[in-house]
Amino acid sequence: MAARGSVAGRWGVHLAVLFFVVLWTVPTLGILVTSFREAGQIVASGWWTALSSSARTEAGRLPTPETQVERDGRFLLEGNIFGEGQSGTVLAFGTRAQNPTEFAAGATADIRDGATLQVNEDGGFTLSSPTRLEGSRGQRVYYQASTPPEFTVKNYETVLFSEGIGRSFINSLTVTIPATIIPILIAAFAAYALAWMRFPGRALLIATVIGLLVVPLQMSLIPLLKLYNGVGAFFGVPAKTYLGIWLAHTGFGLPFAIYLLRAYIAGLPREIMESARIDGASDFEIFVKIVLPLSFPVLASFAIFQFLWVWNDLLVAMVFLGTGTEQLVLTGKLNALLGSKGGDWEILTTSAFITILVPIAVFFALQRYFVRGLLAGSVKGG
Amino acid sequence: MASQIVSAILTVLVGVFGCVAYFWGANRLLDLAYPAHGVSGMRAVDNLRRQGLIRPWLFVGPALILLGVYLVYPVVETLRLSLFDRGGTNFVGLANYEWAFGDREFRNSIFNNFLWLLVVPAACTFLGLIIAVLTDRIWWGTIAKSLIFMPLAISFVGASVIWKFIYEYRGGGQTQIGILNAIVQSLGLEPQVWISLPFWNNFFLMAILIWIQTGFAMVILSAALRGIPEETIEAAVIDGANPFQIFWKIMVPQIWGTIAVVWTTITILVLKVFDIVLTMTNGQWNTQVLANLMFDWMFRGGGDFGRGAAIAVVIMLAVVPIMIWNIRQATREADGGH
Repeated sequence: MAARGSVAGRWGVHLAVLFFVVLWTVPTLGILVTSFREAGQIVASGWWTALSSSARTEAGRLPTPETQVERDGRFLLEGNIFGEGQSGTVLAFGTRAQNPTEFAAGATADIRDGATLQVNEDGGFTLSSPTRLEGSRGQRVYYQASTPPEFTVKNYETVLFSEGIGRSFINSLTVTIPATIIPILIAAFAAYALAWMRFPGRALLIATVIGLLVVPLQMSLIPLLKLYNGVGAFFGVPAKTYLGIWLAHTGFGLPFAIYLLRAYIAGLPREIMESARIDGASDFEIFVKIVLPLSFPVLASFAIFQFLWVWNDLLVAMVFLGTGTEQLVLTGKLNALLGSKGGDWEILTTSAFITILVPIAVFFALQRYFVRGLLAGSVKGG
Repeated sequence: MASQIVSAILTVLVGVFGCVAYFWGANRLLDLAYPAHGVSGMRAVDNLRRQGLIRPWLFVGPALILLGVYLVYPVVETLRLSLFDRGGTNFVGLANYEWAFGDREFRNSIFNNFLWLLVVPAACTFLGLIIAVLTDRIWWGTIAKSLIFMPLAISFVGASVIWKFIYEYRGGGQTQIGILNAIVQSLGLEPQVWISLPFWNNFFLMAILIWIQTGFAMVILSAALRGIPEETIEAAVIDGANPFQIFWKIMVPQIWGTIAVVWTTITILVLKVFDIVLTMTNGQWNTQVLANLMFDWMFRGGGDFGRGAAIAVVIMLAVVPIMIWNIRQATREADGGH
């Protein structure tokens, strides 16, 4: 197909794809860059300016004449126009608001009555006057300076250790790992039975599983919440526990798991199963020794799906684990921060980036399996 | 924290071991109860038959119980609760539904859900198709696809933070740090508070879901495009068709089934969308949708389960046609296949 079309057309394709790629990556890039910037810089300039040295024109005052020294008959005032903690390169300076970049850095400017001002690139200045400098206010000075890009990991320290994101990270892992592993085994056995064992009601069961695929999660929340509260009260245990959320995620993940695994296992070659059966292997042995190892790719696909789904879930966690600071998972924590730290972008962007880091790493590392699962799961019907 | 990690690992081990123990133990018990070896021929045949009757249920048993408790029972129970009052004790008939259709916020949610259903699946499928076609024609297409696909791994909440930052508005002549307003300003237009802009704010929320789901549509459609027989396209080229004609008249009709699947999958997702609205606006400025409204009523003023359940039933009703279509497709496939 690549051979078709004119040169202009081919360039058009490259440009169009580039356009989409930029459109799709810039949003994420924005919070990544912002999470490494200082709070003050985030609100002072857009994140897209962070990578380049930003040239900005500033107005300032030299210090008051108290610190002047007399040398060779002239009165000198020396210092640095950059304040504490600031740095940069002076490009130009001036003393009049109408022309703030009148003189190049390093030049000596006549300001008035024989007085001169020199501002060097590093911000060091010398004001030299034939007469004693007077007045209670310093000389007005304008300068254009370029500040190098500055990045910091301070936001990450703050967020991980004092905003409670670290704790939520552990909570998320505690919820996600069991909720990913438990359904695999249960679904695999059920999928094998639905694919290779003959029993009455099998077709109905398969239809039910496919029907349950699309049941909105919202349907089950209220009855399950009532059920959990009832069970909790009956046994005198808390209603919101990790066990509760693991089982809930397992239940919600099962239709897709069974559907995906059954489709794959049903497609395994019949001869292998039959020759094993002739050799006297039971269904259990066939499943453990033949089906499980052969199904590894689809098990991996499902595991990635379930992992992403559980890690990214907000609704189930909020309902079944609660919204106290102790139990909040990352998504819940991020949602809470959005409410309480609405404008603190250094906290929000950093927290968001920590939240999406794990799924993105999993995604890029195991993309092959993910795509395979996606194709098996939806092209065939769901 | 350390104790939490240890207990998590322990539970994983206990859970996995429990599963294995159940499946292995149940099978062993069945073999012992109806031995197929070491008994007379007739007994063995009889026992084998019984094993064959019971064993499938041992395999599907745990899944059935979980599906029953977590999906089937809740669906029935929600239907029942929607006919009861807030605590679920007194039967109120259709009062919750009457309330819903008289409620301004509910009708607003229905309207917004319709907007979402119209725009998001169409936009995702269309953009996904375009990108799939374009990326198939260039050498760095795989990388491009990977990058466009990536947002699918990002949570709705994470995506909401990302996009809130894009829509950020700063008044009073301050520097705009939201990229959208910065662009708008550089074009000489007035920056806006996008999130509370009447009516259009819905579309700014939809953009987030489109951003997430286009990659999904792209991957599925890209695979379908590759399945198109090369000869059909070559024949069209020989007949002098231009690229647009090839796309619309040759390629699209051949992947129509896949387009329908992508469309319905995203439609179901849209009906369930909740996180984006909760985190971006929590339904303010007329952006409410059904799923978030339901969540709201579950907890509002101590929770009104009757009204919440009624809203859940409305969402479910919207899904039922897709569900029936899915089951039909799958059974037809099964009949043709095995």
